[in-house]
Amino acid sequence: MSFGRMHRKEDARFIRGRGTYVDDVKLPGMLHGAILRSPYAHARIVSIDTSAAEAHPKVKAVVTGATLAGLNLAWMPTLSNDVQAVLATDKVRFQGQEVAFVVAEDRYAARDALELIEVEYEPLDAVIDARTALDAGAPVIRDDLEGKADNHIFDWQAGDRARTDELFERAEVTVAQDMLYPRVHPAPLETCGALADFDKVTGKLTVWCPTQAPHAHRTLYAMVAGLPEHKIRVISPDIGGGFGNKVGIYPGYVCAIVGSIVTGRPVKWMEDRSENLMSTSFARDYHMHGEIAADRDGRIKAIRVKVLADHGAFNGTAQPTKFPAGFFHVFTGSYDLEAAHCEVTGVYTNKAPGGVAYACSFRITEAVYLVERLMDVLAAELGVDPAELRMRNLLKPDQFPYTSPTGWEYDSGDYPKTLRLALDMAGYDELRAEQAAKRARGELMGIGISFFTEAVGAGPRKHMDILGLGMADGAELRVHPTGKAVLRVSCQSQGQGHETTFAQIVGNELGIPADDVEVVHGDTDQTPFGLGTYGSRSTPVSGAATAVVARKVRDRAKLVAAAMLEASPDDLEWQDGKWSVVGDPSTAKSLAEIALAAHSNLELPEGVEGHLDAVTVYNPPNLTYPFGAYICVVDVDPGTGQVKVRRFVAVDDCGVRINPMIVEGQVHGGLADGVGMALMQVMAFDEDGNHLGASFMDYLLPTSMECPSWELGETVSPSPFHPIGAKGVGESATVGSPAAVVNAVVDALAPYGIRHADMPLTPANVWRTIDGRPFRTDLAIS
Amino acid sequence: MQVPATFAYERAGSVPHALELLDRYGPDARVVAGGHSLIPMMKLRLAQPEALIDINGLSELAQLSVEDGELVIGSMVRHAELLAGAVATGPYPIFEDAERVIADPIVRNRGTVGGSLCQGDPSEDLAAVFAALRATAVIQGPAGVRKVPVREFHEGPYETAVGDGELLLALRVPILDGAGSAYEKVERRVGDWPVAAAGAVLQLDGGVIARAGIGLTAVGAEHFCAPEAEAHLIGKPPGAEVFAEAGRIAAEHCEPHSDQRGPADYKRHLAAELTRRALARAVERI
Ligand SMILES: Cc1cc2nc3c(=O)[nH]c(=O)nc-3n(C[C@H](O)[C@H](O)[C@H](O)COP(=O)(O)OP(=O)(O)OC[C@H]3O[C@@H](n4cnc5c(N)ncnc54)[C@H](O)[C@@H]3O)c2cc1C
Repeated sequence: MSFGRMHRKEDARFIRGRGTYVDDVKLPGMLHGAILRSPYAHARIVSIDTSAAEAHPKVKAVVTGATLAGLNLAWMPTLSNDVQAVLATDKVRFQGQEVAFVVAEDRYAARDALELIEVEYEPLDAVIDARTALDAGAPVIRDDLEGKADNHIFDWQAGDRARTDELFERAEVTVAQDMLYPRVHPAPLETCGALADFDKVTGKLTVWCPTQAPHAHRTLYAMVAGLPEHKIRVISPDIGGGFGNKVGIYPGYVCAIVGSIVTGRPVKWMEDRSENLMSTSFARDYHMHGEIAADRDGRIKAIRVKVLADHGAFNGTAQPTKFPAGFFHVFTGSYDLEAAHCEVTGVYTNKAPGGVAYACSFRITEAVYLVERLMDVLAAELGVDPAELRMRNLLKPDQFPYTSPTGWEYDSGDYPKTLRLALDMAGYDELRAEQAAKRARGELMGIGISFFTEAVGAGPRKHMDILGLGMADGAELRVHPTGKAVLRVSCQSQGQGHETTFAQIVGNELGIPADDVEVVHGDTDQTPFGLGTYGSRSTPVSGAATAVVARKVRDRAKLVAAAMLEASPDDLEWQDGKWSVVGDPSTAKSLAEIALAAHSNLELPEGVEGHLDAVTVYNPPNLTYPFGAYICVVDVDPGTGQVKVRRFVAVDDCGVRINPMIVEGQVHGGLADGVGMALMQVMAFDEDGNHLGASFMDYLLPTSMECPSWELGETVSPSPFHPIGAKGVGESATVGSPAAVVNAVVDALAPYGIRHADMPLTPANVWRTIDGRPFRTDLAIS
Repeated sequence: MQVPATFAYERAGSVPHALELLDRYGPDARVVAGGHSLIPMMKLRLAQPEALIDINGLSELAQLSVEDGELVIGSMVRHAELLAGAVATGPYPIFEDAERVIADPIVRNRGTVGGSLCQGDPSEDLAAVFAALRATAVIQGPAGVRKVPVREFHEGPYETAVGDGELLLALRVPILDGAGSAYEKVERRVGDWPVAAAGAVLQLDGGVIARAGIGLTAVGAEHFCAPEAEAHLIGKPPGAEVFAEAGRIAAEHCEPHSDQRGPADYKRHLAAELTRRALARAVERI
């Protein structure tokens, strides 16, 4: 009836192949769109000739930047207050950028017609390496911005520089490490796309789109295109994975809408895999320099970080307005230290825009990677075991709620207990003994630890907004006369199991089975406003809204129950999921009984409406802070550089677990993600800006063969900031695991004196690292 | 979704029919076997054949048998079939080693031996296997059937001895008594093309190596083989040092290119290392 393992309600349709994705939606008279993309990373557009394409018998429209300029839609705002070209007018600024849009009777004709468009380009030098973007004389990418003479986007800092520098000056030991968190891609199985249907008669625009934030999309369409918001309906049906890739608005969506307005018919545009990899939101691309100051016995004093952030050609990262580097400044991690400071510089390069996507909790992935790598570098410097070093520095349970040196208020936790559990599960001492024996025989085995603290569930809205929209979420709960309920929420599942979890929350609050609760989401005409699903915020925000709205229903039910029992509401108590007169369980009334009574001829007291329904908007008082301890064991083949992940122990604390099976599923997926990023995933570019990872042949996703059988454990530290004590868990494993894998590989390579290697740790990279000649993993290998 | 350009489609009912269709459509026609190389190229519009001649119905090309002391592998034998039966993997475990790591089960269920060879990809695994085994390709064209040693089959990247209007019928592999064989591959991830791979076939006589076959792929080895390294082995007793030296020689004669799978020096190193390992494992299997 309440929390616990329960099969996912949505699985019935998914495992039968009965899900409905955007590409499954077919409307009468529907046309198909295709996008012509730039082959160059940086080039001036001299001319575009669409006449041959327009003459194609099946082509209905060809849209270019010039067409859009006429509608004032050639440029659109990004989620970071920059602008992005919808279709290029002056220049192309990354390979794969959108240049023209063809609408035709079928997909084949649309694609054929792209080949009939003649574009003359004048190629320009490209800025590919972020480390040279600010060089004097570097080509200026954003000459569309008035007065822009360089590729600088922002400088941002957090923490106390003076105090940090002072601690560094006095420190007994300091270590420094350069590290790259390379550009990776969320690569959801379902690519992005949209089906737009503009009804000329009613003036209503309906957009089917796999968006993680349907309400934000609707409002932005209204604000940008000037369409009245009540005439826009965004429907986000089943989504085949999002991971942040489906937060923003892509040029293709706008093109589909324009295509429908121009032709008067529904227009569907679905990108292909290469388009998805080349042009949609990437993640990471942080070039970091980290330093840590400690005393001889391994007490950390301070951390100092400089970051060069590659944001691509348009600054389109999706993160709260106040935080251009996301939540990166949570980089002090799980440790008790005195001061910290970070400086982040964002630059433009001739690469796709975006920047925050991919299960990273607004850059906490980069932050955790940084601090967890630094901890191992420090451990190596001091000759202290990395587990021991962490134990000495972890925050203690009595320090919570804890305010970090960069201003975060951690909610709850017993970190040493969680690390100890992971060490016990792994059999840490035995592993170290095995490693010593192997080393003596010349074999390479590594053990890597990562202890992460996440910060999820944005807002509160006074601190966090996207383009002025505060980060809160709504919920509506309607109870039918027979006690069955319909919950409507503003967040949008991409596989997280909300239809199950949120039904369980309602069930738990109202004493009804989760199966009696239908969860509606993903349709702006059917659900209340809210900012959607990313940054692991659904359970912390919408889940909280769900609990709150259910409690409102329960309070209403109390009034009706009191009328039924002819008692004063003050004399009732909620027990075992029912209202009863205090001390008299025989009087208990279930929600179903109360709901029927509410709609019956029962005389209700003055002011009590005859229904139980309720509405709420939840503005989180604080983030929630899930955390965990991960331990990875690898074997490395010194002759080939191949890495085998042998074991992975993951102890997660995400507060109260509503459905442990779903939590474990989220963790499994995130761990696989982490193995992928650590060992194989990267989007590299050659010097001309050619994308070297534009298909699944070149951009590798991990398979079950690269993953060990995950060994999961849990501790439970309820969040005091959440009505049911839950914390988000969707991104925990992605945030925490890459560092564990890299730490394990670097540990395996310790006999060679190696302290760091950049991801991905492909066989070639590992072998070259052993050989003392690592290469830049984000550039073409030569 | 990626969609190919328009093409005509014909289903061949027999080898002569296939040849006739190839003749009728001319050089812009392509045979389609498993389609796992050709169709993706068409979807990416790197290939735009005007007609596809489907040979999937030709059961005469799907045989896997032993004839006159030779293993006969029809061009339409699927990777999965080669892997599943003992006909090929019995005498030559190198087939099992290699097939287990070619692509993934989905590709192996459809992809064919003939398609793999005719694609002529410089990183193709079976090319190295057949080179190590000194197989012979059987090709039929308008002028009849001809045989080409597999070490002459590949004429360059994506270029083979199979001309326009011709079909590859089968590969014939001499069965050597008491031979040992093995294949070693480094890939970035399961199902990925090799960063480098090496196959070895060894036969001993009187305690010394009487025959040696070394196949190499993805490292720019001419004709996917290493004749200088093979020559070094002949007449010597097998052993770690001889194998290491053979690996070194093989690597010397490669011309690997750097790409995102790895830099050239690493691939050259792998050529040596994997040759050494494949030889060592092959000899263990004798
Ligand atoms: C995801 C993926 C991973 C892969 N990984 C690997 C790998 O690790 N190692 C590896 O070696 N390969 C790999 N491959 C390639 C795979 O083995 C080949 O795609 C496949 O075996 C080619 O055979 P096919 O039957 O599909 O050929 P098709 O695609 O049908 O044809 C390929 C070419 O051969 C021609 N052709 C086919 N049969 C004949 C014939 N009988 N006579 C004349 N011409 C013919 C066709 O005209 C075409 O030009 C991979 C492929 C994919 C899709």
